[in-house]
Amino acid sequence: MSIEKVAVIGAGVMGGGIAAQVANAGVPVLLLDVVPDGAENRNAVAEGAIARMLKADPAPFMSKRAAGLVTPGNIEDHPAALADCDWIVEAVVERLDVKQDLYRKIDAARKPGSIVSSNTSTLPLAKLTEGLPEGFARDFVITHFFNPPRYMRLLEIVSGPATRPEAVETMSAFADLRLGKGVVRCNDTPGFVANRIGTFWIQCAMVEALDRGITVEEADAVMGRPLGIPKTGVFGLLDLVGIDLMPHVDRNLAETLPADDAYRTIRRELPLIAQMIEEGYTGRKGKGGFYRLNKSGGKRVKEARSLATGDYAPAAKPALESLQASKAGGLRALVEHEDRGGRYAWAVLSQTLAYAASLVPEIADDIHAVDRALQLGYNWTYGPFELIDRLGADWLAGRLEETGAAVPPLLKAAAAAGGFYRVEAGRRQRIAVDGGYEDLPRPDGVLRLADIKLRSRPLAKNGSASLWDVGDGVTCLEIHTKLNTIDPEVLALIKTAIDITAKDHKALVIYNEGDHFSAGANLGLALFAANTALWPMIEDMVAQGQKAYMALKRAPFPVVAAPSGLALGGGCEILLHADAVQAHAESYIGLVEVGVGVVPAWGGCKELLARLAADPKRPHGPMPPVVQAFQTIGLADVAKSAHEAREKGFLRPMDGITFNRERLLADAKAKALLLAEGYAPPEPIALSLPGPSGKAALDLAVRDLSAKGMTTPHDETVADALAEVLTGGPDADHIEPVPEDDLLKLERAAFMKLVRTGPTLARMEHTLETGKPLRN
Amino acid sequence: MVTYSAPLDDVRFNLFELFDYEGEVASLPGYEEAVRDLVDAVLEEGARFCENELLPLNRAGDEAGCVFENGVVRTPEGFKEAYRAFAEGGWVGLACAPAYGGQGLPKTVQFALDEFVCSTNLSFGMYPGLSYGAYRALELHGSEEQKALYLPKLAEGTWSGTMCLTEPHCGTDLGLIRTKAEPNGNGSYKITGTKIFISAGEHDLTENILHLVLAKLPDAPPGTRGISLFLVPKVLVGADGALGARNGVACGAIEHKMGIKASSTCVMNFEAAEGTLVGAPHSGMKAMFTMMNAARLVVGIQGLGLAETAYQSAAAYAKERLQGRALSGVKRPEQPADPIIVHPDVRKTLLTMRAYNEGARALAVWVGMALDIADKHPEPERRQEADDLVALMTPIVKAFMTDAGHEVTNLGVQVFGGHGYIRETGVEQLVRDARIAQIYEGANGIQALDLVGRKLPQHMGRLLRRFFHPVADFLEENRAEAELMDFVLPLAKAFGRLQQATAWVAQQGLRDPEEAGAAASDYLRLFALVALAYLWARTAKVALAKREAENGAFYDAKLATARFYMTRLLPQSSALFAAIMAGAKPVMEPEEAWF
Repeated sequence: MSIEKVAVIGAGVMGGGIAAQVANAGVPVLLLDVVPDGAENRNAVAEGAIARMLKADPAPFMSKRAAGLVTPGNIEDHPAALADCDWIVEAVVERLDVKQDLYRKIDAARKPGSIVSSNTSTLPLAKLTEGLPEGFARDFVITHFFNPPRYMRLLEIVSGPATRPEAVETMSAFADLRLGKGVVRCNDTPGFVANRIGTFWIQCAMVEALDRGITVEEADAVMGRPLGIPKTGVFGLLDLVGIDLMPHVDRNLAETLPADDAYRTIRRELPLIAQMIEEGYTGRKGKGGFYRLNKSGGKRVKEARSLATGDYAPAAKPALESLQASKAGGLRALVEHEDRGGRYAWAVLSQTLAYAASLVPEIADDIHAVDRALQLGYNWTYGPFELIDRLGADWLAGRLEETGAAVPPLLKAAAAAGGFYRVEAGRRQRIAVDGGYEDLPRPDGVLRLADIKLRSRPLAKNGSASLWDVGDGVTCLEIHTKLNTIDPEVLALIKTAIDITAKDHKALVIYNEGDHFSAGANLGLALFAANTALWPMIEDMVAQGQKAYMALKRAPFPVVAAPSGLALGGGCEILLHADAVQAHAESYIGLVEVGVGVVPAWGGCKELLARLAADPKRPHGPMPPVVQAFQTIGLADVAKSAHEAREKGFLRPMDGITFNRERLLADAKAKALLLAEGYAPPEPIALSLPGPSGKAALDLAVRDLSAKGMTTPHDETVADALAEVLTGGPDADHIEPVPEDDLLKLERAAFMKLVRTGPTLARMEHTLETGKPLRN
Repeated sequence: MVTYSAPLDDVRFNLFELFDYEGEVASLPGYEEAVRDLVDAVLEEGARFCENELLPLNRAGDEAGCVFENGVVRTPEGFKEAYRAFAEGGWVGLACAPAYGGQGLPKTVQFALDEFVCSTNLSFGMYPGLSYGAYRALELHGSEEQKALYLPKLAEGTWSGTMCLTEPHCGTDLGLIRTKAEPNGNGSYKITGTKIFISAGEHDLTENILHLVLAKLPDAPPGTRGISLFLVPKVLVGADGALGARNGVACGAIEHKMGIKASSTCVMNFEAAEGTLVGAPHSGMKAMFTMMNAARLVVGIQGLGLAETAYQSAAAYAKERLQGRALSGVKRPEQPADPIIVHPDVRKTLLTMRAYNEGARALAVWVGMALDIADKHPEPERRQEADDLVALMTPIVKAFMTDAGHEVTNLGVQVFGGHGYIRETGVEQLVRDARIAQIYEGANGIQALDLVGRKLPQHMGRLLRRFFHPVADFLEENRAEAELMDFVLPLAKAFGRLQQATAWVAQQGLRDPEEAGAAASDYLRLFALVALAYLWARTAKVALAKREAENGAFYDAKLATARFYMTRLLPQSSALFAAIMAGAKPVMEPEEAWF
């Protein structure tokens, strides 16, 4: 069975978000909620949810078109519509009676064999199915999404003893392949996996901070970066998720956990939290939380709350020696440090990690699944067992013993064996409950560069990029600079990659496992060169980039680019030169050069024009592609998903989209191999461009914007240079097509002209220093 | 004998021909009256005062030094009278605001006068120099009450100022200071601690001395982030400005030094001395830096001033000292021997001195004008650009011009031979006086670190733009000028090296700070040599256009000196470049135990 139509019941934040993600995957979805008392529009709740989501930022929808796949309705009038659905997910209020009433309604309407799931985070599956027909229980699972459902990659799936294995398989496959989720199978225990450990960590970190007189800034600095946890740490995280959520989660766990559970020992009612909620300090959604932005006096000052007095004062950068020590000596140096930061880190981490080790196999059979749950659900870089390995399992066990704390049997076993993970014959393995090691599971269609790197050496490598053999005659170019920006070393490795691939391989994939495909050219390098008037060096960087990208395009083998995260500027231009793109759904693609006062000059103007002109669905003639490209580049328009990138012309219909990040490399490789059959490089192109008459039209449009006060003086300078390139230069006319080398020359000239202006350099400087564009 | 007459012609050339003083500075709001005629008159008058009043006191002051007795410091004979005349002439407050009784002249003019003072009597110049530093710190960071009470007295010179930073255990690393400030509860503070090496800390020239003291408040965070600045008068001042009781600050001893002996260098003991906070708590380093940055530029000018006297004295001596015959044959048959200026090596020495001095003077004027623009220009962008240039060039002015000051004064002794080594001639004093300038206000090694570690990376290299772009533009504009080739080509070559070295230092420095540290002082000197080459090339361009004028010899000399600079001094840039590119390894590899 496959899931082709879905119903989501409950149009709150979670239900709406789940429905949006299902629609993002191209699957039609019903979004149902109750009929409000006396409402004229009986679908008002669901319709309101969709309208809200269309305005939300970050956006739940990947494209406007996806929103069209969501049909709003209400549960009273439309139960019959459930009969079409293959999966019905419930995301209503966390009350057993409400949920069970709903399940009975669903069960009466649904078709046989359809899957029903709950998005509960607190109620056990056994309770949810209690007293319901056996046939319902056979089709029922818990699908626990994390907020926001589009962006958080974890999905916890819980099945019961009665659940059909095929139902679990179908649900998992859909979540993995279509929704792009990392599925973790959990046992039916309170809090499942991520929240069980996450809540323990949060409580422990709060209680210890209060007892030890640690400030919120100090706690977050210690709990954040040094542990590989987002810099929001613990108090910043509470502000983000909502402080009012805490008492519910805490009380639920405290009531449902076994009597001897360590959580019951460390948790306590915190009057501080109750007081903050009462005062409306519920976090970012309220008046503020442990932090707040004080905007009085015209300045925005980040303030932190004193845990002792409740007063706010400007947030101070913690000056703890232990933090310094951790920079050089890592995690161990932090927890071994004798200052209060170090002692705090030890207290929280030792309890949390020991707790995690005591929970396997109770909550899940597999330590790797537990690690993944915290990585995907809490954005930890390392899961708890990976953290233990970083400390040293034997060291941790020894120190726990010294301090009289209990050492969980699994930790003892790992300490004796030499750690929870190991690499054996180039394969990553994890310890099993029996104390032996097993390979990490890698489902079909999951290919990880990290695994390949463990068992092979690069075909070529320099400080900025590497080339790997990913099997079956395919090579993989990996960029590994900061934000994967492109510098002369990356360009040099592109050249090497082409030589090597042409000699012994069939195809090249450009891919990495960093957060971003590439944020573009290394702007710092360019700006520094510009500041020291090294103009020939800058021109050479432009020329070398054009050469490298043209070489990718003309290579005698197919090139597939596989972006995830940012693919901006020079990163986007790689996609534009590739034979095909296999994009992660969460790709952010755009030519943003004008933001820093230049134009795309590594072939970006030319390639975008060519794509727009070649698209049979777009208007023909020399002018329409120019106007479209002028808008897209001139407004630095960034597609906020792979789907949007297709709408904007950065991706072609033939380019693929992969929802699950872990499947991206395998999909890209498959695409490359497909193209390799009988591959011939594209013929050189020439574009019919309008020349000066077209430029006059664009100038007019810019003057119009300027008359409305929508442009700055430098916007006009940049737009002028861009228009000159896109219309083919002063000598072009639409009768005689402009060859691509001439377009590259125009790009180069426009770039060099702009980079020598003060306002462009001011834009670059501002963007590098603040991460934001400067409007000058 | 020391020979000196203020280089008014060269100062005028720089202000009015090489640079556009009238267009750039006299056009700034507040400086409308400081037109060329006025500046000419002021400088002539100042030159006369320095030549006639200060120079005669210089050697005697060096011999006598300051005397410390019973807690009191006596300056050498004649200093008091000269100081009174100096203050009465309005020279102390030359660049102070008219609102506080100053003359309101641009800093560009102040710097020119500073050079004359340093040429004729550096020790004397220390006293009013420190007063101006204190004036600036209070003007920029003081409260309205503090300004009203103290600035007029500083500007008129009846009270003087100091900077109290260094303590026995820390100088460069001010985060370590121990001097404490405790609130009295009435807005004032009790300052307790010991400061050393305090120039003008105690003397008999003024009726009161205002100490600007770095100290830590009880709740101070550690390091430099916890330093506050306090104003502690030697004699307490009433709200009406009247002098009251002696404050709890006293001189404990004065130092016996290599040079600047007539400038008192004091150990200052603060015992619960009453003071007021300047600026916000814990932001003393910021206030101190504004003072220190201006002071660093003045220290660079000290190097130039002494070097100018050394050059003039050596040139005069070389023309009159008869010894041996020219290598090419007898030049003065009527005399028993030729003057030593006929010898290539003596000529090379004199030209080296002159080329550095005149190049440095152009640099000082360029940066001085930028300081005025940064201070007064109506457009924020222009202020920012000028401020960038000042920030970038400050370590170069300070370190290079004092290093050159040391080199040039030493060369001066060499020209005098044995007569230079004896005290009576007065030229060895210049060497000794010049030596301190390489050390105080941030030793020159620290200046080099400031350049590579702070100024280079600041705002992604934006500060560099203010130097590199004008030079690149000049090269571009003049690359086709056949007459200028002798100047443009060497400049282009050295500039290319500086560009490469800058990229290298920035890149290596990101990777390994010790690479930047090991390159720093060579890099600073390379930068300075290129800066002088740029100014010499511009000088040559002006001189070429004016050669036919009535004062042709002046421009011919400029062209000849420019040629000498390009061919005989600028090539050092190649050696410096090679040394920089050799990296930190040869410096860092030797183990500590080998030293």
